[in-house]
This record gives sequence, structure tokens and C-alpha cells, in this order.
Amino acid sequence: MNYTLLNTIIVIYVGLIALMGYLGYRSTQSAGDYIVAGGNVNPFIMALSYGAAFISTSAIIGFGGAAGAFGMGLLWLTFFTIFVGVFIAFVFFGKRTRTMGNTLGAMTFPELMGKRYNSSFIHMFSAIVIFVFMPLYAGAVLIGAARFLETALGLNYTTSLIIFTALIAVYVTTGGIKGVMYSDALQGSIMFFGMIFLLIFTYTQLGGVTEAHTALSDMVSMVPAKLKAMGHQGWTNMPLFGSTLWWVLVSTLVLGVGIGTLAQPQLAVKFMTVKSGKSLNRACLIGGVFIFAMTGVAFIVGALSNVHFMNTEGKTALAAVGGNFDKIIPLYIKTSMPEWFAYVFMITLLAAGISTLSNLFHAMGTALGKDIYEQLNKKKNTSSRHTILFVRIGIIIGIIVSLILGYQLPISIVARATAMFFGIAAAAFLPMFMLGIYWKGITRAGASAGMVTGTFSALFWLFFVHAKEAAPLGICNAVFGKPFLISSAPWPVVDPILIGLPIALIITVIVSLLTRPLEAAHVENCFQGI
Amino acid sequence: MFGLSDPWIIAAYVLTTLSVLLCVVYGIINWNKD
Repeated sequence: MNYTLLNTIIVIYVGLIALMGYLGYRSTQSAGDYIVAGGNVNPFIMALSYGAAFISTSAIIGFGGAAGAFGMGLLWLTFFTIFVGVFIAFVFFGKRTRTMGNTLGAMTFPELMGKRYNSSFIHMFSAIVIFVFMPLYAGAVLIGAARFLETALGLNYTTSLIIFTALIAVYVTTGGIKGVMYSDALQGSIMFFGMIFLLIFTYTQLGGVTEAHTALSDMVSMVPAKLKAMGHQGWTNMPLFGSTLWWVLVSTLVLGVGIGTLAQPQLAVKFMTVKSGKSLNRACLIGGVFIFAMTGVAFIVGALSNVHFMNTEGKTALAAVGGNFDKIIPLYIKTSMPEWFAYVFMITLLAAGISTLSNLFHAMGTALGKDIYEQLNKKKNTSSRHTILFVRIGIIIGIIVSLILGYQLPISIVARATAMFFGIAAAAFLPMFMLGIYWKGITRAGASAGMVTGTFSALFWLFFVHAKEAAPLGICNAVFGKPFLISSAPWPVVDPILIGLPIALIITVIVSLLTRPLEAAHVENCFQGI
Repeated sequence: MFGLSDPWIIAAYVLTTLSVLLCVVYGIINWNKD
């Protein structure tokens, strides 16, 4: 290990992050600056920031590792993240969210929903869902990043966790969203070049695109018996239609994360930071290319790592890492790439983890300081200084809770917790968010009913039916004496998003059709300029 | 195509490429539109 090279790279990186935080801090004067960057961020910064917040260590290591085990079927998630997560999100959600957010003077996702429906309940409930469930996702990303530091630098886990958390805490609490967005854009650029290099290097090393794919197809006889029994048909084939593996791949990994993207509060708030629809059009171009460079490359390289391990060790990627998905990408980088690239890639991964986490902490902080605190003190005149103070307190609480979870949760929770949070957020927020910006007929009761049923049906499914969570959580076992309620296929492997989201959508529409519409003048005001 | 035979995987590759192109073309055409 070349410590001089490694330390130089780390010092330059930490210095740049500190500089970004300082630049954000210097240009943050008001609560508006702190929360939505004064609504005046350029498209390059916005797109890279959106992308870097979206893609975490979990996407590259966790889902890239899943591609190493399950194969190129993961590319369907790449398609969804680009088509749904960028194109539909920017073009069909972004512009309306930005315009409505500006008209209503909203700075956070819960505030936008609260003002759209003129409802304190919706405002508070959304903020509580974010504040309660987001630490789970943040804690999981924190574990992933800290474990990576532990392995790469040989530090102990506790030290890694504390150093990493402290680094994030400093610039999120000081710089507000501008600090977050500037450093995201920097992290995004590092991530982009790191991943493009990885793709080119991998295909070159394996003799070219067709040669690499053919070699991977030829490995079909090496699929482990356990995965074969679940429906695995080789790394260049989709799993058998309707098999356990097919449901895991399609419902949890592809649809759960692919659709869940649309209702992520920390991503939706980015739309309110740009100054015009024009910026969003430009950001769409940058975002599409960026997300491809992240998920596309991670999943292609993850699957192709099997050929590398076959050529060098005569075994599959999964066998080379002793069955732990999360180790496939790190081991592949370590054994196949030049040493300097392994260091730069480590920074790429830390960048991905830091940017996602800082956005999550920022979303948790604003949920407490801006949403819950201001709602509770509506009658009193709360000053901008107080709001920023409470946002910072919210961030600190979020960080502490996530840090505690970082100690408590096992490492294999990372990818699952990501899908879990995406599922809950989609079921709770997507119907009222999507219909709220498109349908004037949606009512306050409809939105509230959809949000509550979505949240609780997704949670019920997680706790009582979805085998992967219900069994280890043990609540179902304690109440009903069995690990999960429905054991017949495919239900135990159907993701909560496929249950919670349709139920919430149907309830929202039915209740809206049956209840009193919102005041016409208020609705017209919400849709001004749309 | 490129050493791949499963139409579902080829479709994922093609759709991924098309969606990147869609984002790029949309961005270029609407570069100056609001």
C-alpha cells in the first residue's frame, strides 16, 4: 500500500470539501438560502447534485454487487433510473414542482404538500414520516461508507464511523443546501470520471465488448446450485419468469427503487432550487448521462467481474468473495485495477456516500426545524434565525440517531434499508405528490387518506408479509406465532411498494371523488403559471 | 448482439441507451426554452 499517494489524495479531497462548505457558508444569509439556496442554482450544479444525492455507496457497492450475483438483469434498473428517475422526474415532475413551490413559497417537501392542500396535518405527517424513517436509510449508508473506510484504510470500525460522520456534520450544519450542492457537484464530477474510467478499463481488459459478454454467457454452467434453484439462468439472462429471483429483481430492485425515486423528498426539493424551467431542461441532459455513468457502469462491471474472477482464480465473483455481495465491487477494484485507481475509486465511493448522507441529514433537519417546529409555533412569530437554529438541531438529532443505528444494524442491511425507505416514501408521498401537481380535483381528505393508508399498508407489508424484513424483525412471530403471514408464492417476495402504492393511489382517487373539493381560488392559485 | 442472446437483456441495453439519448436530445432541443 502506497501511503504517501493515498494520504495526498485524501488531503486534497478533504481540503476541497471544506472549501465547498465554506463557499456555501459565505453565500448563505437567509433561511431561503439555507434551505433552497435562494432558488438560484445553475443547472450543472443542480443536475450533478441531484445525481450525487440519488446515487449512494449502496447503489455502486450494494446494487453493483447484486449485478455480480444476479447478472445483467439489473440493467432494467438503469433504464428506470434514467427514464423515470431523470426524464419523467425532471420533465413531468420537476417543472410543476418548481412552479408550484415558488407560487406557494414552499421550501421543503412537507411544506409544499401542506400548502398545496392547505393542511397542517399533511404538512406534519409528511415531516414525521421523513424524520422517523429517514435515519434508517441514512444509518445504512453510513454503515456502508464506514465499513469501506475500515477496509481501505485499516482503521477500526468505530473510528471510521466517527470520522466519517464528523466530516459530514461539519459542512451540512455550516453551509446549508448551498454547501451541500456545491460539494455534491464536486463529488458528482469525481464519481463521473471514476466510473467512466472503470467501464473502459474493464471492457479493454476483457478483450472488448462482444468478447467480454460472450465469455460471461459461457459461464452459465457455473451458476451456484442455490441461485439456480431460485431461478438464475446465467449472468447474461433474466431469471426465470415468475421465480423467486425474478420477483426480487423486478419488484424490489427494479420497480421498488426505480419508481420510489419519484417520491424522495430529498430529491424533490432539488427542483425548487433552480431558477427556471430552462435550467431543468439543461439539467435533464446532464442528469441522464450522469446516472448512466453511475448505475449503468456499476451494473455492467458488477456482472462482468465474474469473467475477471474466472480468468484469474477459476471461480465466480460470488465464490471469490465467500458469498458476500457487498465485497464483489471492492475486491474487483482491488485485484484488477492499477493501485492509483483503487485510491481514486475509494474517494469516488466516499463521495457518493457523503453526498447522499448530507442530503438526507439536510432533509431530516428541515423536517424538524422548518416543518415540525414552525407548524407547532404557527401563532408565534418565528424568526429566520430560529428556523436555521432548529434545522441545525434537527440535523444533529438525525446524525446522532443514524450514528446509533450505525452501531446497531448489521452490515447486510444496507441494500434492504435503501429499498425499504424508497418503498415507504413512494407509498406515502407519490399519489398525493403526483396528483397534487396534475389534478385540480384532488381533495384534502383524499390526499390525507392516501398518505395514511399508503404509509401503513407499506409498513404492514414490511412487518408481516415481506419475508426479508418480517422474519428478522420478529414482530409477526411475536403476534401470530409465524415468521410471516402469507407463505404461498409469490407474496413473501413481492415488494411493499407493489402493495402500498396501488392501495394509496386508489384510496386517494376514490376519497377525492367523494369529498368536498378544495376552495376554487386556492386551487387556481396553486396552479398559477402551470 | 454484442455477445448477448437474451432478448430481455438486449432490450434493457437498448432502452437504457435510448433513454440516455432522450435526455440528451430533450436537453439540447429545449436548451433555451422555459
